[in-house]
This record gives sequence, C-alpha cells and structure tokens, in this order.
Amino acid sequence: MTETKHAPDNAGPDPTAGGYGYADLGALMSLMTGDEKHGPAATSTLDALWVLYDRVLNVDPCDPRADGRDRVLLSEGHGPAAYYAVLAAKGFIDAALLPGFGGFGSPLGYHPDRMLLPGVEISSGSLGHGLPLATGVALGLRARGLAGPRVFTLIGDAELDEGSNHEAIAFAGAARLESLHAIVIDNASSTYGWYGGIAARFIQERWSALTVDGHDHAALERALTVAHPGRPHVVVATVEPKD
Amino acid sequence: MDNMRERFATTATELLDTDSRLALVLADISTAQFAPAAARHPERVINVGIREQLLISVAGGLALAGLRPIVHTFSSFLIERPFEQIKLDLTHQDVGAVLVSYGGSYDMTGEGRTHQAPGDVALISTLDDWAIHVPGHPDEAEALLRIAATAGGRAYLRLSSQANREPRAVGQGRLDLARVGSTATVLAVGPMLAPVLDAVAGLDLTVLYATTIRPFDARTLHSAVAATRTADVILVEPYLTGTSSFQLSEALAGLPHRLLNLGISRTELRRYGTPAEHAAAHGLDPASLRQQITSFLTPEPSRHS
Repeated sequence: MTETKHAPDNAGPDPTAGGYGYADLGALMSLMTGDEKHGPAATSTLDALWVLYDRVLNVDPCDPRADGRDRVLLSEGHGPAAYYAVLAAKGFIDAALLPGFGGFGSPLGYHPDRMLLPGVEISSGSLGHGLPLATGVALGLRARGLAGPRVFTLIGDAELDEGSNHEAIAFAGAARLESLHAIVIDNASSTYGWYGGIAARFIQERWSALTVDGHDHAALERALTVAHPGRPHVVVATVEPKD
Repeated sequence: MDNMRERFATTATELLDTDSRLALVLADISTAQFAPAAARHPERVINVGIREQLLISVAGGLALAGLRPIVHTFSSFLIERPFEQIKLDLTHQDVGAVLVSYGGSYDMTGEGRTHQAPGDVALISTLDDWAIHVPGHPDEAEALLRIAATAGGRAYLRLSSQANREPRAVGQGRLDLARVGSTATVLAVGPMLAPVLDAVAGLDLTVLYATTIRPFDARTLHSAVAATRTADVILVEPYLTGTSSFQLSEALAGLPHRLLNLGISRTELRRYGTPAEHAAAHGLDPASLRQQITSFLTPEPSRHS
C-alpha cells in the first residue's frame, strides 16, 4: 500500500471537531503505540471508521448519549488505536489521554470499555457480540418509535466465524431491521475463508449488501448511505490481506 | 391454582400493557402463552427463534436503547448455554435485565440431563451485581416479578414447577422467620421450605426462608444464629449443593459455627422419572432431610473415649 492512494480528506485542523483531520490520525495513533511509522492505511479499520465519523454519522461529541444519535458498535475490539484516534480527532476523547494507552489508570484499554469512555457504545473484545447487540439496539429504537437513528457495527471477516453472528444475520433479515448496518472489514484472515463470498451470506438472509474498497472514502460513504428499504444492510470493506 | 410459569405469563402480559419501557424476549419457549401480548405489542414482544445467544444479546441491545428487557426460556438454555452473553452483553455492558427461567433443577425429569440446570444459580453468582430470586409459590413469583420489572439493575428470577403449599409474604429481600426454635438454624430456599418444614416437625429448630438469596440478608441470619444455643446452620437449596455457602460464611465470619450444605449433587443421575424421585435421589425429600439434619446436629461419640 502506498500513501498516495489515501490522500487526506482535509489537511488542516477541523475547527468544528476536535481540531484534527484525517492527516493527523497517524500521529494520534503514534501517541498510543510509540511507533512513528503509522500510515493510516496500515490499520484495516481506520478508513471505515473515519468515513463513518467524518461523513456519515449524526453524532455530537458534546452530547454523546443523545437519544437521537446514530450508534457505532465496535465489535472488532482488537487494534483499537484507530478507533481511539478517530474519537480523539472528532472530539469525543481528549488526545492527552492517548499516551496512557493500556495503563492501569487509563480509560483506553486494548479493548474498549463503554463505562470508561464517552462515545463508546459497547465494551468489546470477545468476538461475536457486536452484531447481536446491535440487533437488539435496532429493535429497541424501533420499539421506542425512534425512526431516525441508524445502528452500525464494525466486525472482522474472521470474527464471522463466531456462530453468534449467524444467529443475528438470519434474525435481522427476517425482522426487516432497516436501521441495522454491518461493516465487515475483510482482510482475508478467516482461517477457512467464506466460500462464495461474505456478501452472499447476508444476501441469502434478506440483507442488502455492497462490497467496496475499504480504503476508498467516496466508495465507503456511498455504500454506507445507500437506501435499503425494509432490509438491514452490510458493507463488506475489502482491505489488504492480513500479514 | 396456576403454576409459576402460567403466573409469569399473565403477570408479564399485564406489565407489558401498562409499562411501555418493558420488552419481552423469547426463544420459541412459552410463545403460545405470550401470543396475546405479542399481538398487542409486536415491537416489544420479540421471539428470536431457537437462538439463545441472540436471546441474551438482543436483551443487552434493548437495554442499551433504553428499554427494560424481560428474557425467558428454560433454565438450561437461559443461563448455561449463553453464559458469556450474560457475562458480557448484560453484566460487562452494565445494563439491566430481568432473566426469568422455568424448569428449575429438574422439573422436566423425563427430558433428561439436557433440560436440567442445577448449576444456574452458581453461574450467575460468579457475576457482579445480580439479584437472585427463587420463589417458592406462584404468588411469590408474581410479587418478585413485579419488583424486578419495576426496579433497575439485573435480576434472575428462577421459576419452577416445585412449589410450597402456601405462599409467604415477599418483600425487601429479607429472610423470613418461618419457625422459631432454640437449638440450631435451617435456611430453606424457595420450594425447599415445604420439605424442610415436614422434615423438622417436632425438632426445636429455627427455620428461615429465603426467596431472595442475593443480595443476601446477612443481618437476619446472624441474629437468628446468635439467638440459638448452637451456631449450627443447615442450608437447603433447590439447586447445586453449597451454591450460597460463601454468603453464609461471610455473614457468620465473626461467629464460630458449623455449616451443613444440602442441595443437588454434582453426580449425574442418568435417570428419568419424576421430580419427586429426583428429590429423593438427592436426599431432599422430608425423610432424607430429617436424617441428614439430625445426624449433623447429633454430636459424634468422642474418638478418644
């Protein structure tokens, strides 16, 4: 991967957010890892998370628990540096917290904890919990008559090995959970792969599905905002295979 | 008289009608009993099919979205099968829910081990901040459900076809003084009260009764034990032997005491038959209870004499 393919969306600080743009994410991640070489593309989830928070979500860092907000449930809790970097860039958490990453007194763990950080919707780490929880959140918002908020969950292609996801995929399709959105970051890391493709697993359960380049911001934005009446929606974001 | 499962259905249906923040999540069990509620509240009565991991996760999501979920299936499939979901999607997310099981340790003896869950209360006891209610009568089940549905937090309500003859007043989570004696104390949990009272007939024993075993009413136990001649305590639970002994030990830590735990054995019976036959096999029928209690309370002859 070369950096030129992933040109910054906005080069300068964004005065309406935390004062950081896409170009700053590598530096924010370096605050956590101490690694100076972080290019945004080095992290499989970074572009999808950035596009969500920068272009798609209706969220307000000043009111992170607002009833009408869109929800992002990070299920793939691994490698959360990208997530924390985006939350810091968008003003949900103070960038000064980042160097404490993983420490006993830090709210930033290797897996996030919703009780410790504003803007974090679920505590995750064990695989196969985000999509089932998101299914419940979507059902709950529908039962409360809140038609506006959308629910997004970010999962990995290897995480799909967990059977709990397949309980949710089949049920959400049958329940016509239109507000539910899954983003599968596909870095081809599932041990046995997904014969016939990941999108097909969702489509046969009555989901709407699109597969896009997981680093292409315009394609991600289009895929995440396309209309899908009466169906939940999955975006398979293909990135370079895991080493 | 209806049983606890039927009372749960009528009470929960009424609660769903009156409290728009309540939701009910099912996994193909008891759906017939809840068909009227589902027809009236299709978006708050949710049947996920035979998917017990999803059953709990959906409850976690509903709670995250601001509802109070009541979650129901048989005890083995509610607690044991999706235990990590209970640990992570409810407890670790720090959201509230009311889990309501039916089947107890061996209500469905004919179904075999797959439908028996004597370990459910022990499993929930490993987790932070759960109330555990074990009613001994349909009236108590109804009262505890109303309390749990109205309160916040996490509650496990364990319903069973085993029941005492008469209901007792439920309230405040206190241990209930069912019988006053002067030599030792028996604590009977839920449906164990009737066989315990039969077992101790004519013996000079205090009998305490618990429908809420967690949080544990340490104060009442301590005063009852301090008021008897010996600090001998017998705990009789309708699930795995010794499940709540850690709470009794904490309550009596400052008092030299002896404790006998009675309940379901870990040994797998591999038997079908009836619940009464299983109770007898585990030593929980009145005659077996009496024998174990009197043996525990009778000082053994000194080995040095």
